[in-house]
Amino acid sequence: MIELHLPWIELALLSPLVGIAVSFAFRSVELYRIIAVCASLFSFVFAFGAWEDFNTLKVFEAHDKWDLISPFLGSNFVVVDELNAPLLMFTALMYFLTALATLKTKVRRFPFRLNLISQFTVLAALACRENWGIVILLALQVIPAYAELKSRQRSSRGFLIHMLLFLGVLTSGLLLYEFNLTRNTQSITPVILITLAILIRSGCIPFHCWLPDLFEKATLGSSLLFVSPLLGAYAAVRILLPIAPDWALRTVALVSLVTSVYSAGMALVQTDARRFFCYLFLSNSSLVLVGLEVATPIGLTGALCTWLAVLISIFGFGLTLRAVESRVGTLSLKGYQGLYDQMPLLASFFLLTGLAIVGFPGTIGFAGVELLVEGAVEIYPLVGAAVVVAAAVNGIAILRAYFLIFTGTRYESSCCMKARAPEKIAVVCLSFLILVGGIFPNSSVRSRYHAAKEIMSRRKLDDQTNAQPSHTNRSGDSK
Amino acid sequence: MELEQFYKVIGIISGGVPLLLLIAVGIPPIFGAKLSEKSTATTVYWTVVIGLLTSLIMLATMLITGDRHVPIELGNWISIPEQHFQFHLKFVFDRLSVPFVILTYLLCGIVGAFTSRYLHREPGFNRFYISYVLFMIGMIFASLAGTIEVLFFGWELVGLSSALLIAFFHERRNPVRSGFLAWCVYRIADAAFLVAAITMHHLTGAGDFDVLMGSGTWPEGQALITENQAIIVGSLLIVAAAGKSALVPFSGWLPRAMEGPTSSSAIFYGALSVHLGAFLLLRISPILHQSYWLSGTVIALGLLTAIYATLAGKVQADIKTSLAFASLTQVGIIVVEIGLGLSYIALIHILGHAALRTLQLLRAPTLLHDYHVLENAVDGQLPTNNSWFSGLLPGAIKKRTYRLATDRAHLDEILDRIFVRPFLYCFSTFSRWEKSWMALLSGDDRTKSDVTTIQDEFGEDVRSRND
Repeated sequence: MIELHLPWIELALLSPLVGIAVSFAFRSVELYRIIAVCASLFSFVFAFGAWEDFNTLKVFEAHDKWDLISPFLGSNFVVVDELNAPLLMFTALMYFLTALATLKTKVRRFPFRLNLISQFTVLAALACRENWGIVILLALQVIPAYAELKSRQRSSRGFLIHMLLFLGVLTSGLLLYEFNLTRNTQSITPVILITLAILIRSGCIPFHCWLPDLFEKATLGSSLLFVSPLLGAYAAVRILLPIAPDWALRTVALVSLVTSVYSAGMALVQTDARRFFCYLFLSNSSLVLVGLEVATPIGLTGALCTWLAVLISIFGFGLTLRAVESRVGTLSLKGYQGLYDQMPLLASFFLLTGLAIVGFPGTIGFAGVELLVEGAVEIYPLVGAAVVVAAAVNGIAILRAYFLIFTGTRYESSCCMKARAPEKIAVVCLSFLILVGGIFPNSSVRSRYHAAKEIMSRRKLDDQTNAQPSHTNRSGDSK
Repeated sequence: MELEQFYKVIGIISGGVPLLLLIAVGIPPIFGAKLSEKSTATTVYWTVVIGLLTSLIMLATMLITGDRHVPIELGNWISIPEQHFQFHLKFVFDRLSVPFVILTYLLCGIVGAFTSRYLHREPGFNRFYISYVLFMIGMIFASLAGTIEVLFFGWELVGLSSALLIAFFHERRNPVRSGFLAWCVYRIADAAFLVAAITMHHLTGAGDFDVLMGSGTWPEGQALITENQAIIVGSLLIVAAAGKSALVPFSGWLPRAMEGPTSSSAIFYGALSVHLGAFLLLRISPILHQSYWLSGTVIALGLLTAIYATLAGKVQADIKTSLAFASLTQVGIIVVEIGLGLSYIALIHILGHAALRTLQLLRAPTLLHDYHVLENAVDGQLPTNNSWFSGLLPGAIKKRTYRLATDRAHLDEILDRIFVRPFLYCFSTFSRWEKSWMALLSGDDRTKSDVTTIQDEFGEDVRSRND
């Protein structure tokens, strides 16, 4: 077992837990914010350390030094590999920047403690390669979101129904698969159930309605952090991809593609900024699933690049929207708001992140979309065209939102609405990632290609091991 | 220094110098600082001078040495050798790109100098220059592109900066709407371009124009793809060019683009941007000539555009819109020339037309003043000259043509009815259904989006403005 030089991942996981424990010692909400910022900063630093350390080892996977979890839960519970190393770092960064960019006027409304719990569950899920571990952590991740909806006295029924359905279907599918309860290795029921669960969690149509509902009812920061790490796609890679036959992957790809085009169209007609953002997110996160299920090295590389790009750019876009909302309240897209002169930096960042989402050349999204389309064209030419159509419609929707929010009769405010220093840090940090990732994409593409190759090889390995028992079974039957 | 190295250094400076300008103009505002008007104008001036001088040096060297095709390799942007996948960065200096780069620097320099006075003390001075620099980078990259990816990069930047500049006076709604319309057309064009680029990659394994167009230098190259493949790629690129150059049926955005500042209208929609589609058709002319069907389509599109723009231009009441349609007429003729294979004539036509139109548009505001002086002097309106042809037409046809021209042949209305309205209607219906479904599932009376909350001070203001 190859080890990192320090227990980076365990420290990254421990930081939010320590933050939660410390927060119980205080009663001041301003202190909760400081604690959350510090805890998430430490978590980010450790996740970054894990990534750097992992890169120096030049291996596909590594475990923490002095791994305390493996003896109890197995070696696959905390592991860093080509796939999750950058995901862990960027997710930790997202939590840190969200806490940092929360305005002082909003500290009473933003649930810092619940978000630290959420951070722990998301990072733990991303570090986990064990199927049941992922299921349990995905279930735990629902709790903070549910608690927030309850505390805001908003109806959580729609969200809960979808999440329970997802967990129920996923658990049933895994039970049937791992314990062979159907007593037939050729049975397609487990795969159908797991596929269905992935589609629900990823918000593919017709199971997507819980996402706009969550965005409308929870705080924008929390909903953003709930959906942005793309745990549905992560579950697809870890659980579905190794076991799914080609038809299941094609089904997921097709449904995701329809979701992407449909959501792009929906984003264009929304009159509420949060719903618009939600459909934009859905459209782009579905593209990741399209690439994952195309299952060619180029397509898969494209999907993994798009994953990182969506993670950074959609989060940046959401963070900007949140900053605007925290100044002027819930945003309507029914008329021109004229906010440019009040917040020029946020307006520029809104445009930059929006363009990165649709894969504008020179931004981090471009390489992913190009590779994705290239990979898709090899297998299904029309898929490539549909991806381009979705990107085009999304581009139109983004500029429409930009014009509606930032142009129009200038709004005269009695107070300064310009970006505050912590927000500027977040903006500069994300702009740097978006532009550097866009101008020099090769190293990131190479790293994602290695991850894609490894995923493909695991899939082939599983195909071979699956083929072995079925062959034995058939022999046994013939006897 | 060897000639090859000399070419490389000059080529990189010529193509890359606007990037430095972007850093100078674009980075300080992120940190809350910005260049003064004078510093901005000086920086733009020197950038253009350096870019223009290096382009002229390149031209002179090529003429002296007799080189007609100078590729500048910039390496691989993305490379996965195991999969034979690469995005190659390359500039090409040839008979098409060099005149275009010189034209771009020349006109951008003139407009940069003009704008420093025209927008003096305007609140959006720096915003204009950021979009202007993005436009310049886009034009230079598109002109020098040796691969379809570099061309796409430039193409997209030109589209974005154009939309932002049309909407420059963003306090008013009309410029913003016009900017948005232009962006919508550009996105359709970009989608067609991207699919074409990926199809080219798929067919030839690379996006390099040299690979695609064979060994011959422009315009004598011979496309290395079959006729059917040429029809697929060529058709997509014709759609892309039609969107960018406002050819029929995408002509509606061009007259509206005149909502932007005069200087940007002059350089973008009168001179450079509007010719970018024609430039693309020139660049891929070997593909177009691979198939009579493609050439025929290009000729038909050009003719239709020229006729449409001539008619619509005759009935316009303001000078900028008249000039926009006059531009479009010339672009239509240029496209016909490309379709007929007259590449050099088309190139010369572009250069001359761009220079003339820039002059006319920059002169437009003062020309009106001159007309007022003249009319005051003669104490009446200046005489109008009706063409002899209009005297030959029956009155009924004249009236109908006049109405058709006034309504701009209902082109926008047709596109709106066939594509936009059904699209918006379908998705608005889906949105309503989804809200009802979630309301049912959640037990809410209605979702929050139906009762959008706006904070007090802001809300009152927005409500009063919307009323």
